[in-house]
Amino acid sequence: MSQITKLQFDVIVVGAGGAGLRAAIAAREAGKKTAILTKSLFGKAHTVMAEGGIAASMGNVNSNDNWKVHFCDTMRGGKFLNHYRMAELHAKEAPDRVWELEAWGALFDRTPDGKISQRNFGGHEYPRLAHVGDRTGLEMIRTLQQRVVALQQQDKAEFGDYDAMIEVFAETSVSHVFVSGEGADRKVSGAFAYARGSGDFIVFEAPSVVLATGGIGKSFKVTSNSWEYTGDGHSMALISGGSLVNMEFVQFHPTGMVWPLSVKGILVTESVRGDGGVLTNSEGRRFMFDYIPDVFKAQYAKSEEEADRWYTDPDNNKRPPELLPRDEVARAINTEVKAGRGSPHGGVFLDVSKRLPADVIKSKLPSMWHQFKELADVDITLEPMEVGPTCHYVMGGIEVDPDTQQAVGVKGLFAAGESSGGMHGSNRLGGNSLSDLLVFGKRAGDGAAEYASAAGPVTLSDAEIAAAETAAMAPFSNAGGENPYAIQQELQQMMNDYVGIIRTADELNQALVEIEKFKERTARVGVKGSRQYNPAWHLALDLPHQLVVSECIARAALAREESRGGQTREDFPKMSPEWRQVNLICYADGTGVRVEKQTLPPIPQELVSLFDSGELSKYMTEAELVSIAQGTA
Amino acid sequence: MTYTANFRVWRGIGGEGALQDYTVEVNDGEVVLDVIHRIQATQEPELGVRWNCKAGKCGSCSAEINGKPRLMCMTRMNTLDNDVPITVTPMRTFPVIRDLVTDVSFNYEKGRQVPAFSPPKDLKPGDFRMQQKDVERSQEFRKCIECFLCTNTCHAVRDHEENVKFFAGPRILMRTAELDMHPLDTVDRARMAQDELGLGYCNITKCCTEVCPEHIHITDNALIPLKERVADLKYDPLRWLGSKIRVRGKDD
Repeated sequence: MSQITKLQFDVIVVGAGGAGLRAAIAAREAGKKTAILTKSLFGKAHTVMAEGGIAASMGNVNSNDNWKVHFCDTMRGGKFLNHYRMAELHAKEAPDRVWELEAWGALFDRTPDGKISQRNFGGHEYPRLAHVGDRTGLEMIRTLQQRVVALQQQDKAEFGDYDAMIEVFAETSVSHVFVSGEGADRKVSGAFAYARGSGDFIVFEAPSVVLATGGIGKSFKVTSNSWEYTGDGHSMALISGGSLVNMEFVQFHPTGMVWPLSVKGILVTESVRGDGGVLTNSEGRRFMFDYIPDVFKAQYAKSEEEADRWYTDPDNNKRPPELLPRDEVARAINTEVKAGRGSPHGGVFLDVSKRLPADVIKSKLPSMWHQFKELADVDITLEPMEVGPTCHYVMGGIEVDPDTQQAVGVKGLFAAGESSGGMHGSNRLGGNSLSDLLVFGKRAGDGAAEYASAAGPVTLSDAEIAAAETAAMAPFSNAGGENPYAIQQELQQMMNDYVGIIRTADELNQALVEIEKFKERTARVGVKGSRQYNPAWHLALDLPHQLVVSECIARAALAREESRGGQTREDFPKMSPEWRQVNLICYADGTGVRVEKQTLPPIPQELVSLFDSGELSKYMTEAELVSIAQGTA
Repeated sequence: MTYTANFRVWRGIGGEGALQDYTVEVNDGEVVLDVIHRIQATQEPELGVRWNCKAGKCGSCSAEINGKPRLMCMTRMNTLDNDVPITVTPMRTFPVIRDLVTDVSFNYEKGRQVPAFSPPKDLKPGDFRMQQKDVERSQEFRKCIECFLCTNTCHAVRDHEENVKFFAGPRILMRTAELDMHPLDTVDRARMAQDELGLGYCNITKCCTEVCPEHIHITDNALIPLKERVADLKYDPLRWLGSKIRVRGKDD
């Protein structure tokens, strides 16, 4: 065993996006010695890519808004598969989490009376998204980053050391979470990490580990996600004895760039539609009017005239169908392109140039203007954009307790943000991601701090550390083996082809066959050279995680024989009330993954009564409706 | 359309290294970062490059392309002359870790010296009221993606390593200006900018503004107003007299 640095903390947070930073702030404020481990530099995490805003029912723009409306929109958007308790906590706590950011220095756009402005977004009944132009994620991550620094400044004043109570380990990747014990005694004891710059190994001994590692999009070819989104947190939780829920639900954002190829998949914010942009096909038709599903007929405009009036008079008109939840819009675009009514580069047209004056576009959508101008030579104030679906978000994730975010099956393991599951059901509404990060990041940090107090310090044995080191070094002993970049590219193509936006049993079975072949090849991946900033080595360690999550998605997608939200089965096109009562849970099983059915907890009467029975009847079984009517749900 | 380009990429660990030549395929619409990734995937698996979003939003892939500090993900191949080799080198001002990856920790250390936002103590979250026109000045600076190209380019440190100890660089000075212009911040930051962060080293040549990928007017809107505040403090005769006869506090 080479020289390895060993450090002791109360709480380790893996990931420095919105959820990780909010968790770390909570743990430090609870008096715990906290480490933040991030694969990238501090302040670069994927949260910076979020554009539209943070959903919170502050009611600054429309005073009819409140947490109950937000809760209902969230459940509706998720097609009632959400864990009701998470959706409830999220809707109730989001406003406080946003106001807190402002007290830490965030500068949101304002209403005329000086409050935080809120914008319209798909699936949200009222203007609800706190925003800063179209760069809200950057504002959020910078604010949280600066809050961490503010706490470090307090610690410097008190202890003489910035890093006394909260320390950031930038460009430090975790390759293994240590656990001990079996069954109900299974618990966390730390994490094994490598510093990317030096290649040195660092062992963190800690009773609490928060996984805030984001998503899985890098397993798909066309994606808005960065290289970091390998599903490593999902995979490590599974390997540690945890479970994943809802993994079949992958969100394809309807509007990604489609041209040039180099930027295919890069996100075009939903705010373009929220602020008036319309979708048209090659015939010039606003095709979304043809795709309003029955469950949403009551909430959306039937004519272009009504839809256009809604922007200025939302109380007396219904919203345009461009603002349907993302799964509906993505499927509609996919259908239009397949029917031969697409744009020249295989998307559809998204036009804001004929809807808003150029100066308004530039002030409301500055990043979009910049992005299209610089990357595609398109001036969005003069001409339409070409857009198509892109893999954007995984609803599925680590199964957690809704209140503490502790992982089911592993004590001391916590998860928050995109890496955790349950909150968004089968489809996430735009804007609910950033608020999810804040609400459940804080809860995870609080939960981790409380658990660490009860558990006390932990120590790791030399044998455990040596085993983790051997695993991390393995790719170097296969020098001359398979090229990790080639495997990753082929995996991405395969997932796009077989587990993409429209799925069939045949293709999903084929995907599972291919994944077995990728597993064999990945075992032979070889890298050379030094450990210092060696991206081939880093990728070699990420690939097994990508395969674990890819298998989870494919197996769960095959098991769920219905279409709902982020799962569209061509061979089972209908939504089934029986399947609504079922969550699919993934467990590690030998070298693969096992899927089991689990019944959803019933929604308590005080929450289910927020919906009218006509709406519930579109989602629920006869037996459920009877018990709700009798007040016994 | 596909064509061939010649790249010269700096390779090495720590201070040692040299330019290395690569012949590589380029597709229509690609950016420099795509080509670097193709070299990595097909020729040099260990080629070190830092990147994240590939959409100009995270500020990770800063480098110098034909000597010009830029983001690799926002530099389109069709804007570069393909008749001569395209040279890609790491940012010059910061120490090289490996290949195109530099150690930018200096910026984070200096950033920690800037006191955090301090709103009035009795103002509760949710009760903040600010007008759009009053937040816009600071909002411009909060577009910063911390690519550190400005500090890399600033001649005060680019060719003068000895100044690093005294000069925090445009990014951190702009952060100071941002807080100074925040409608609800209560700390006076001008004197600190001058005395501790080295504002005086800036002689407004606007090199930082020229390379900013977010097109922030760093010099005109952040650094010059901050310098004017310092000038007010130091050279306003009434303030000077006030501080001498103790009518005014030191920083009033």
